[in-house]
Amino acid sequence: MPVHHFIPDDSLVDSLSDDLSSPLKLYPSKPKKVYVFGTCLVDLFYPEAGMSGVLLLEHAGVEVLFPQDQTCCGQPAYTSGYKEEARSVALAQMSLFNEEYPIVVPSGSCGGMMKMHYPRLFEGTEYDQQAQEFSERIYELTDFLVHVCDLPLVDQGEQTKIALHTSCSSRREMKTTDSGKALLKQLKNVNLVEPEKVTECCGFGGAFSVRHPEISNAMVKDKLDHLSNTKADTFLSSDCGCLMNIKGAAEKDKSALTLRSGEHLLSFVARRVGLIEGGSE
Amino acid sequence: MSARDAILNALQQASAIRISNGDTIPERPSFKVMHRDYQGHRPLSQQLESMISKVKGEVIRTSQGKLDETVQAVLREKNIKRLLLSPESPYIQSFDAFLDETRLYDEAIENWKSELFNDIEASITSTLGGIAETGTLVLWPSVSEPRLMSLVPPIHIAILYESQIQPTFWHFLRHQKWSEGMPTNALLISGPSKTADIEQTLAYGVHGPKELVVVLVEEESEE
Amino acid sequence: MNTTTDPFQERSEAAVKDKKLRANFLSAMNGLMEKRDLAFDDKTQLEALRILGAQVRQNSLVKLPELLVELETKLIQKGVQVHWAQTPTEAVDIIQSITLKEKATKIIKGKSMVSEEIHLNDKMEQIGVECLESDLGEYIVQLAKETPSHIVMPAIHKNTAEIADLLHEKTGIERKEDALYMTEQARLQLRQNFMEADIGLSGVNFAVAETGTLCLVENEGNGRLTTTVPKTHIAIMGIEKVVEKLEDTAPLLSLLTRSATGQPITTYFNMISGPRKEDELDGPESVHLVLLDHGRTQMYQDDELLDTLRCIRCAACMNHCPVYTRIGGHAYGFTYPGPIGKILMPHLEGLDETQSLPTASSLCGACAEVCPVKIPIPDLLVRLREEANHPNAQSSNVKGAGVKRRGMEPVIWSMWRWWHQGGTRYRLMTTTLSRLRFLQPGTLSPWTNTRTLPKLAKKTFHQQMNARAKK
Repeated sequence: MPVHHFIPDDSLVDSLSDDLSSPLKLYPSKPKKVYVFGTCLVDLFYPEAGMSGVLLLEHAGVEVLFPQDQTCCGQPAYTSGYKEEARSVALAQMSLFNEEYPIVVPSGSCGGMMKMHYPRLFEGTEYDQQAQEFSERIYELTDFLVHVCDLPLVDQGEQTKIALHTSCSSRREMKTTDSGKALLKQLKNVNLVEPEKVTECCGFGGAFSVRHPEISNAMVKDKLDHLSNTKADTFLSSDCGCLMNIKGAAEKDKSALTLRSGEHLLSFVARRVGLIEGGSE
Repeated sequence: MSARDAILNALQQASAIRISNGDTIPERPSFKVMHRDYQGHRPLSQQLESMISKVKGEVIRTSQGKLDETVQAVLREKNIKRLLLSPESPYIQSFDAFLDETRLYDEAIENWKSELFNDIEASITSTLGGIAETGTLVLWPSVSEPRLMSLVPPIHIAILYESQIQPTFWHFLRHQKWSEGMPTNALLISGPSKTADIEQTLAYGVHGPKELVVVLVEEESEE
Repeated sequence: MNTTTDPFQERSEAAVKDKKLRANFLSAMNGLMEKRDLAFDDKTQLEALRILGAQVRQNSLVKLPELLVELETKLIQKGVQVHWAQTPTEAVDIIQSITLKEKATKIIKGKSMVSEEIHLNDKMEQIGVECLESDLGEYIVQLAKETPSHIVMPAIHKNTAEIADLLHEKTGIERKEDALYMTEQARLQLRQNFMEADIGLSGVNFAVAETGTLCLVENEGNGRLTTTVPKTHIAIMGIEKVVEKLEDTAPLLSLLTRSATGQPITTYFNMISGPRKEDELDGPESVHLVLLDHGRTQMYQDDELLDTLRCIRCAACMNHCPVYTRIGGHAYGFTYPGPIGKILMPHLEGLDETQSLPTASSLCGACAEVCPVKIPIPDLLVRLREEANHPNAQSSNVKGAGVKRRGMEPVIWSMWRWWHQGGTRYRLMTTTLSRLRFLQPGTLSPWTNTRTLPKLAKKTFHQQMNARAKK
């Protein structure tokens, strides 16, 4: 048994940086064009976050391509154990992004699916190589803005205190936890605070939240407490799943008033720099 | 088919399939991460002392010339009256003056189990060496220093030579070529017996020794 | 949704509502997480060590059949008697027959999760042999007639007050909420038992094929007493615990103790390579090793599921698991709780019996992040979910595969596939949905019991991007 894909070669060890949140990440130089993969949650519930991402990319001078036939990354079926179904949908997505441009995704979770799990999904099939190459072009949108676009942001908003919820997939799969922070730190009137137990899951987990509601509820309730304890004006997340979960729970929880205005990090940033108008959705 | 054959067959069949699929037996991994710079005896003994102190081990430094005197002082200070010694111990004669009894571990445990468990207050053993990284004593119990000497008496006094300290367990194994032959029992001991099973509250002396005293013999040439 | 009553669901719901239990676990897990983090202060070195740990375990597994034979040969040379058991029943039979042969009536036990796995204590009691746990946590759990709720800290679900009540009630000691006092009393209670026991039974942390050595990791000294004082020592281990070389134990020991409790090393690392020799004055006169399969060869058949066998039982995955922290170990209902239990128990008991375990995870990845041997636990959970939905159970190696392939669920996922496979039909559906957003139901139990549903947007992202493109 061979090459075991989970255990990297020892030679990797020497090149590990001290900051293990971003080991060995390689970025391209700023391209002229990128593909955006919108994700189904953005499509149906948070289009403003998608539009904000597009506007920020364009603000950085990058042209955005949006293949209209894209649907969903396949994650819901994949994590529910319906691999065949996930594969069919994933394959449909892979056929839409044929030019060599980077594919940016406004979600750590869907990005993680496409970057980390497509290779596993197609391992040993005729699409093995295609999935590998496809996954190498996937970037989380905030991470792309920070590390590739080098986007200067001028804050036009009033003084505010913000708690950032970082998702498990951005932390452990995409390793982009610091990118959201980096983007927000450019906004001079934003006071960013970190909630207690910032590394802990909010309890969403897709089907998990429906299959095991009592455990999921206990998790999101604790997450609300930790976010509320920061006394921030609102909270942000760059993952729509977490956002739906935390915001939805805040709307039912009397003590979590300020968290009801929680929104996607990209919408917040776009508004602060004047790319979109109005209050949050 | 016996259980043994059934288990081994199942494993071997799986292995055979893997190999027919082109898998090869991997080479031994690199143990590069286990290497540490060798820091000389003194820094190693200081590290050992610091580590073992953190888990309530006492370290008393002495020299070869003052070793007897130091051990006697420990016995007096702890008011030890019934001491367990190896029949080959150099101290058999010299402690008579202030001990009620020096018991020699010279017969099978079955003959005097109750006395060992109930009466003996302390024991003195040698050590094969120490491990700096973790504050550990290495013991190879033997015919003359049986296993229970370092376990049953409430106070365990261990003699450690500074020159016998290695940076890590891995160095120890390599340096002394343990893989070429192991005794029936080999032990790493790092502090007195302890538990945290009651709401994570640390409590010493649950089943083994309540106190561990390391008499560390410094090398005179380095003085 | 499975609407039939699910025992896991019932237990976890009850556990979540038990405030005292949750507080006990929360404070314990917080403490363990902090200790582990401090113990691995150099994260680069930690990563290198985890890679080595994974490689050492993986290499030993690759050579498992040969290493088991080598281990057996070396142990027999040294006078250890080696027994093999495919099932828990066979393992119990072996131990019972040793007990009968020795005319033993009392067994003192060091900590062994495999003995929990085969429910040894109950089985021995049935033939009139007393098994007494000597690890303090196990002793407490045994007095309470419970099972361990954690594989390293068996009594972690109880706080000091509860233990004080228990010891007072069961052993007659004064009721004092003082861990030091209670520990001292347990020492006194167990000492006599070490002297009287006919057999000492222990687990094994690592078995070294090269030298024929059984390694035990412990802090209390009860493991050493168990394996040294009684005239017979029986060790029991899963067949996966073997490592190739003696030096392999060095990185594994360092990873194990730091991951488990944040200790640089435990008080005792006990390496046993045979019974008492003729001229030796203590140690057991006979040593037996029982090698147990119990679903392990099943995992071994599969290149991916095999990774489960790398586990060194440090429990870091449960200490860091947001689900375990909230429901505790007993709610899982099986010997091994937490993330490792979710990927291990389906092989031991079958997916049909354990089908809720792989689903009870948000796949947050905290477990895999701390696993000292890099077991990709979330991937294995997904894999077991796939096996539970396996369309052709006969072709699967996993016992109980296909158990969930029934009812509406597969139909729903087929529809989902059809909908998301084509761009046109997807856009038609989503556009229609957003047009009909005023019809969106306000409740969708159980999501909406504690959350509101997000509102469908007026215009989908697709529509907005399409509109821009046309400008």
